[in-house]
Amino acid sequence: MTPLVLTRFTAVNALGRGNAAVLEALTAARTGLKPCTFEKVRLETYVGEVAGLDELSVCERLAEFDCRNNRLAELALEQDGFAAGIAQVRAKYGPRRIAVILGTSTSGILETEHAYRQRDARTGALPASYRFATTHNLYASTDFVRRYLDLEGPAVMISTACSSSAKVFASAWRLIEQGLCDAAVVGGVDSLCQNTLYGFASLDLVGREPCRPCDAQRGGISIGEAAGFALLERPEQAASHSGVALLGYGESSDAYHMSTPHPEGAGAALAMRRALASAALAPAAIDYINMHGTASQVNDSMEDKAISAVFGSHTACSSTKGWTGHALGAAGITEAVISALCIQNGIRPGCLNTRSIDPGFTSQVLLSNQSGAVQRVLSNSFGFGGSNCSLIFGAHP
Amino acid sequence: MTELWIEGVGIFAPGLIGWEQAAPVLAGRQPYAPAEPPKLAPALLPADVRRRTTDHIRLAVEVAGEAVRHAQADAAALWSVFATSESDGAISHNICEEVAKAVPEVSPTRFHNSVTNAPAGYWCMAVQSHAPSISLSGFDASFGAGLIEAGVQVRAERCSVLLVAHDAPFPEPLHSVRPMNALFGVALVLAPARSARSLARLVVAIEPTLHALSRLPDAGLDGLRTGNPAARSLPLLAALARREAVELFLPYVHSQALRVNVQPV
Repeated sequence: MTPLVLTRFTAVNALGRGNAAVLEALTAARTGLKPCTFEKVRLETYVGEVAGLDELSVCERLAEFDCRNNRLAELALEQDGFAAGIAQVRAKYGPRRIAVILGTSTSGILETEHAYRQRDARTGALPASYRFATTHNLYASTDFVRRYLDLEGPAVMISTACSSSAKVFASAWRLIEQGLCDAAVVGGVDSLCQNTLYGFASLDLVGREPCRPCDAQRGGISIGEAAGFALLERPEQAASHSGVALLGYGESSDAYHMSTPHPEGAGAALAMRRALASAALAPAAIDYINMHGTASQVNDSMEDKAISAVFGSHTACSSTKGWTGHALGAAGITEAVISALCIQNGIRPGCLNTRSIDPGFTSQVLLSNQSGAVQRVLSNSFGFGGSNCSLIFGAHP
Repeated sequence: MTELWIEGVGIFAPGLIGWEQAAPVLAGRQPYAPAEPPKLAPALLPADVRRRTTDHIRLAVEVAGEAVRHAQADAAALWSVFATSESDGAISHNICEEVAKAVPEVSPTRFHNSVTNAPAGYWCMAVQSHAPSISLSGFDASFGAGLIEAGVQVRAERCSVLLVAHDAPFPEPLHSVRPMNALFGVALVLAPARSARSLARLVVAIEPTLHALSRLPDAGLDGLRTGNPAARSLPLLAALARREAVELFLPYVHSQALRVNVQPV
């Protein structure tokens, strides 16, 4: 495929606000995970919560969109000059030529959770202050972001569980390739809510301690929240860019089970092979693999098998969820931004919190950060329903 | 502009149970007589799997299966796009009710069925498809957003794509804040080139100026169209049923429209 450059990108997650905060925590090996105190949730677990969201509200002109998910989206849009940068390309291409393609799993369902605690005792009705279309609805955060950025190009919310904001890159590439737009804002936003905390707990997937991806004693996931955005353009049309490009993508379906991946990682391997084929790269061209690596027993085991099958045992790989937690529908963009930071800064993170690698693993899992040039990174995102997406990012002159 | 060829159709809604029954109604040759639809029991889901699913999932698999049979397509080879405004409203309601309690007990099956791509997951398992699949929302323009995603997949990837759009009414109290008047499911098999199975050629473009949306002459059907996001596809289905060359305007995001040129073959 023809590469697209990431003109600019940004992220907000448990590590902080903006790329510098994320990079600093990565290099300092400092986790963003803390014991869960979210909304009196009675679960003994750690979460990757974004500090300060309760004190924010969205901009006044879009007040009807105010909710945790959109606050998090706006917070990210204001980091690293992202929104200001979009204003420049809007003037260049026109608002109808820039797409907004985002991912989420639960959108603003937290607002509905609040409203359900305030139902009219007699009629069961929701409180009059409750707004549905601008908060709970899946498309709400895409609508919020495209209004915030004054964009009128193709827009959609992709919701394929934990691969949502990885698949946005594939969808945006197709739109640009087919000429439906000149540039695309891609990204994702997912915020903490009781639906996911209690839901993952019901499946016994939530860990009691900060998650330890690929560890022999890994005990489950730490749920996080995050937002991130990237602007994609054709290299020849970008006035300047981040030095990182999207080189390839691969998507596949497990067709195996709703909440358990294929034990041998067949679907994951297929997504990685398709990504390599679309980038016209051999496995040896990849310097680092940012794993999905949730720290659940089955995910990490199948992902190790899939990586070993495609790459052998020499390609460095790790999961950065020990830093950020699992941001679900925002995991793809969070780890796309981390991949870009790794390329820009020549770092390959280890698996934070992990003490000893599962002795059954055959891939080259890193325990601690390594420095040195990183030309190309493959980033994995796998979701419930067997939805797999692998992305390849590379240095672009 | 995106050129596509329709090879198969599936539909399930009150008074529109399968394409064979629905086509003469949509063509205006038979009156529209909405009635409580039969229980959804798609043959592609084995009984033990079907029991673990919801009507939202069964609706998607039902229409997807019909469209693929109609197109005589290789189901496993098709890419798929599942468009829904609201995902599974009954599950959203149930889990929000549960987490409002002092000690929530969320059902694990219900939780994994709550992901927006649950229908896609069951579909891929049912037909053993490892092809890419996307689930998406565009609120009231979800069908239009799905048609754009499916269209660019067909052109950019040179693949055939199964497009499914489906939504069902919420239970109360969410029904009052996001009303829908009936459930509606539609599926289309879209191919990159004309074949012996082609039913019509579509040319889809995002209309640059505001444009009035296409409506249906029958008041009952037009009420169905405006009462469910997936049913915004009805003018296209009616054109296919009438085998009529026509230019349609279907809702797209930001109150824009898709200009859809339909040419039967």
